[in-house]
Amino acid sequence: MLDLVAYGAFFLTIALTYAVICLGLNVQWGQTGLFNVGIAGFVAVGAYTSAILTTPATADRFGGFDLPIIVGWIGGGLATAFVTFLLGALTLRLRSDYLAIATFGAAVVIQLCMLNLVPLTGGPFGIGFIPRPFGALAGNALAFGLANFAVIAVLVLVVYLVLERLVRSPWGRVLRAIREDETAARGLGKNPVRYRLEAFAIGGFVMGLGGAAQAHFIGFIAPDNYLPILTFQVWAMLIVGGSGNMRGAILGAVLVWGIWAVSGSVVSSVFPADQQARAAALQIVLIGVALCAVLLIRPRGILGEVRIVSRHLLRDARPKASAKERPDHA
Amino acid sequence: MIEPEPDPHSDPVLEARALQMQFQGLKAVDGISLALAPGEMLGLIGPNGAGKTTMFNMLAGSLVPTSGQIMLNGQDVTKDRPEQRLGSGLGRTFQIPRPFAEMTVLENVLTGARDQAGESVFHTWFSPRRVAREEHQNVEKARHLLDFLLLSRLEGEPARVLSGGQRKLLELARLLMADPSVLLLDEPAAGVNPSLLEVIMERIQALNAQGKAILLIEHNMDMVSRMCSRVFVMAAGRELAQGAPSDVIRDPRVIQAYLGDAA
Ligand SMILES: Nc1ncnc2c1ncn2[C@@H]1O[C@H](COP(=O)(O)OP(=O)(O)OP(=O)(O)O)[C@@H](O)[C@H]1O
Ligand SMILES: [Mg+2]
Repeated sequence: MLDLVAYGAFFLTIALTYAVICLGLNVQWGQTGLFNVGIAGFVAVGAYTSAILTTPATADRFGGFDLPIIVGWIGGGLATAFVTFLLGALTLRLRSDYLAIATFGAAVVIQLCMLNLVPLTGGPFGIGFIPRPFGALAGNALAFGLANFAVIAVLVLVVYLVLERLVRSPWGRVLRAIREDETAARGLGKNPVRYRLEAFAIGGFVMGLGGAAQAHFIGFIAPDNYLPILTFQVWAMLIVGGSGNMRGAILGAVLVWGIWAVSGSVVSSVFPADQQARAAALQIVLIGVALCAVLLIRPRGILGEVRIVSRHLLRDARPKASAKERPDHA
Repeated sequence: MIEPEPDPHSDPVLEARALQMQFQGLKAVDGISLALAPGEMLGLIGPNGAGKTTMFNMLAGSLVPTSGQIMLNGQDVTKDRPEQRLGSGLGRTFQIPRPFAEMTVLENVLTGARDQAGESVFHTWFSPRRVAREEHQNVEKARHLLDFLLLSRLEGEPARVLSGGQRKLLELARLLMADPSVLLLDEPAAGVNPSLLEVIMERIQALNAQGKAILLIEHNMDMVSRMCSRVFVMAAGRELAQGAPSDVIRDPRVIQAYLGDAA
């Protein structure tokens, strides 16, 4: 029984690290319509940065600065924000499809860097011994699992509140206006490049933060953790939960990670060891099926986008049905 | 209130100098020079395809002219982007309205407000009171504009449910929220029913009386004659005539351009 609780805590901990990443994508895609297909690369930048900052000094690798975990997390977020800012500054002026190509390319380059910059990243073997929050409790699986869960739950809550305040404001309204009709928004004096760049870099920060946190809960990272399948998972999470809705992003992450984890353990118990690598493709199929099912039943995701952007309006909305907050399922 | 009498001899607020716009083979605008005096309401007329909207696109910055110059309050703005021109006080509406379809009517209008503290990431996090206070004031102003343009009833509806005429009104409300001093209105009354037409005309005249300079594209000659002291006629990208509406409509070249070979 206690084992089950400990396992549940671990499952939720990992699911919530995906929730953070998914919240980052929601700022970029859900609010702003920026098509990022390089999520895996940006998550990796956060994870590696934090690992390098917080692991103990190592002889055969750069860094190991032994800094506190929180410094690593913030550093991971900032590093990813920096990378996304640069990439955005180069491509967001261009037609929108260039961003998709550029993010895809960036993820490939980052993957190659992880594999080949051995003195920095440890190459194919990655970086181990990443300090875990409350590592001192590691002897007691239950206490350790619950403490970790508490840490990530607080992180998700903080990120959620900070982003919600940011996005449900005139700033978020401009993002949505640009997404809906850029020409009209420019006619009203809004500079689309500025807003897109801000949203892309802030979303990048959150992705990097999520990647950093995840590295510390797993304790070990390698280039294999950051393959395009990760990008696909995060997209599935956002679409299932409801693009444009912060709560939807969190819910989608937990649900899709649930499907992934359960199907993964079924695969490993049903198929013989030599078939498992191939059977793992079933997990991807299952996510795909779940995605289609949600899109058929609720085209805007389980929790759709809320129509009124500004939270200031919800407070003083006129007392009539049409002005009330309601999810949009037209 | 005394209306500021437009003075055609004072420096123009907006001036086009030999503007040209070439689309592949077609010269949509071919060397147009026009000036809008402070407080003036100038009608821009001409048959379909004359190049009127193309003129607006260049004046507002959506199109970069092939050649020529645009001066706004004495500054050369030819290369400025549309969002910068609004910052300098020049606002335009679109012939085909461009509402933010999934946003509410009220938030469509609120988007028009300029220089909102809440549009900065920094202030959203660190000056929440100021953001809330401004938002509150902007909501007041937006509701006032919606009242003014008879859209109050629809404030909570998504803009996509509006009818064609209502979209025209929303377009205007959203622009007025930005409070530009020079307005380019592209057929603001097209598709609006006759009883509402009177209202729109009166609203536009009221704006002009507040001192806003207005360049108005309109096919309804009756409306133009009543509102504008001066009109500028274009045909096939060129200037055909300009002057008082009563003179211009008697000009044989104008009649010829409007009626074509039938004349
Ligand atoms: N982006 C464009 N590319 C190519 N041709 C264009 C473009 N925009 C306008 N044109 C052409 O330029 C000419 C002038 O168009 P414009 O929209 O300025 O006319 P208009 O005077 O506003 O007409 P209407 O009264 O029908 O609105 C037309 O022949 C049109 O086909
Ligand atoms: Mg036109």
